Amino acid sequence: MKYFQTFIKYKYLLSNLIGRDIKVKYRRSILGILWSVLNPLLMMLVLSAVFSALFGMGGRFGGLNVPFNIYYLTGATIYNFISEATSTSMMSVYSASQLIKKVYIPKYIFPLEKCLFSFVNMLFSLIAVFLVMIFSGVDFHLTMFLMPVPILYALIFSIGMSFMLSALTVFFRDIIHLYGVFLTAWMYATPIIYPIGILESRPKLMFLMKFNPMFHYVEYFRSVTIYGAIPNLKDNLICLAFSFGMLIIGVLIFKNRQDKFVLYM
Amino acid sequence: MANAVEIKNVSMRFNMAKEKVDSIKEYIIKFFKRQLLFEEFMALSDINIDIEQGEVFGLIGLNGCGKSTLLKIISGIYKPSTGSVKVNGTIAPLIELGAGFDMDLTARENIYLNGSVLGYSKQYIDEKFDEIVDFTELHQFLDVPMKNYSSGMVARVGFAIATITKPDILIVDEILAVGDFLFQEKCEKRINELMSGGTTVIIVSHSIDQITRLCDRVAWIESGKIKMIGKADEICALYANSAK
Repeated sequence: MKYFQTFIKYKYLLSNLIGRDIKVKYRRSILGILWSVLNPLLMMLVLSAVFSALFGMGGRFGGLNVPFNIYYLTGATIYNFISEATSTSMMSVYSASQLIKKVYIPKYIFPLEKCLFSFVNMLFSLIAVFLVMIFSGVDFHLTMFLMPVPILYALIFSIGMSFMLSALTVFFRDIIHLYGVFLTAWMYATPIIYPIGILESRPKLMFLMKFNPMFHYVEYFRSVTIYGAIPNLKDNLICLAFSFGMLIIGVLIFKNRQDKFVLYM
Repeated sequence: MANAVEIKNVSMRFNMAKEKVDSIKEYIIKFFKRQLLFEEFMALSDINIDIEQGEVFGLIGLNGCGKSTLLKIISGIYKPSTGSVKVNGTIAPLIELGAGFDMDLTARENIYLNGSVLGYSKQYIDEKFDEIVDFTELHQFLDVPMKNYSSGMVARVGFAIATITKPDILIVDEILAVGDFLFQEKCEKRINELMSGGTTVIIVSHSIDQITRLCDRVAWIESGKIKMIGKADEICALYANSAK
């Protein structure tokens, strides 16, 4: 109850910080927030060009029944969201040291704010997904209304992971460098730029894939957006377990260490 | 009368690492070489103070004696290593004014940002906005980025925002040293107003005059321990004499 009250009290700070981040990010850029739409589109063009021109694999390959463009973009939307949320959160507590040392603020505000900021960015990049769906002639399914579900799963997961990373970064700055490498590895470990179909002949890799939370969020998102399928109960339970498992771990790590932050800054 | 702040057996221990260990590699190497020696530094030991509601309480002592650490513990920025602090009511800390100002933003934007840092709602700041600006007397600079402000101007804005609410407890840490004498008088007047409204005030200052003039009781802190606690004029006189 007490926690809830302080959260209400600092709700305005949260929205204020998100507003400031948006202001700062697009300061002096002409297109401003449009970049959140353009960026994934341009990345998609680059990758499509690489795959079709260089490898000559055309629009569809590896058993894909949707164009590569939209296959990549849907995967990248979820991946970019999680990776941006976690990597910006990571520095959030440490960069707020000037503030934390001077006034009392609930410290979880900072990673939470970065996650929500990335969330807003991601909502804008959904426009890119819709645009590409229209242009590449993918059918719109009613299951699209379920899109918020995988996005929420990914958000909860990101918040948990951000709590954990931002707390640990205060004590060991090395993690920042390590995490950059980890994120790249994570991207290749998830079927984003390659179709999941090419793993079917590799049962061991397929088995390992089940432990990759990103894989589940990406596949869930694709199911409802472009495949028009409703994931079953088991898929939902797996996603829920990853999300809330991560959230609990993150909250515990953060809570145990937050009183010591100020001594290490 | 009830106590506004109860400080019981509070000690604060800092680990002063002789060398700063910032990376895992260094940490592991040092760990195995058993070089992870920390020098423990007791910033405060066994502090007991009860501050009554409505009282103006001063803290005096030399630089580095632990005054600011104590204020930070009271305002919740530090958790004490041992002991407990009980605070009854809302705190407005004027520890470092303008904490959380983003110098790239304008004063107008910063009033909202800093207000939210102090936990005010948007509605509340909207209501009090004119009052804040009037107090700062910086109407014509309202939409100038604060990086172009002088430190005195920044302090004005910070003070105005922090004292706009009527807190139960006001914590003041040597902030009155900035600003011109007119503004200092204005700040003192505002603090007096708050005091007459029943607010408890805790002040740290190196100006013995100010402390004697404003405070009811004073604690003299020396190397993390309370040396003396009692009536303001008596303690201040002793403190001033000890320096000679």
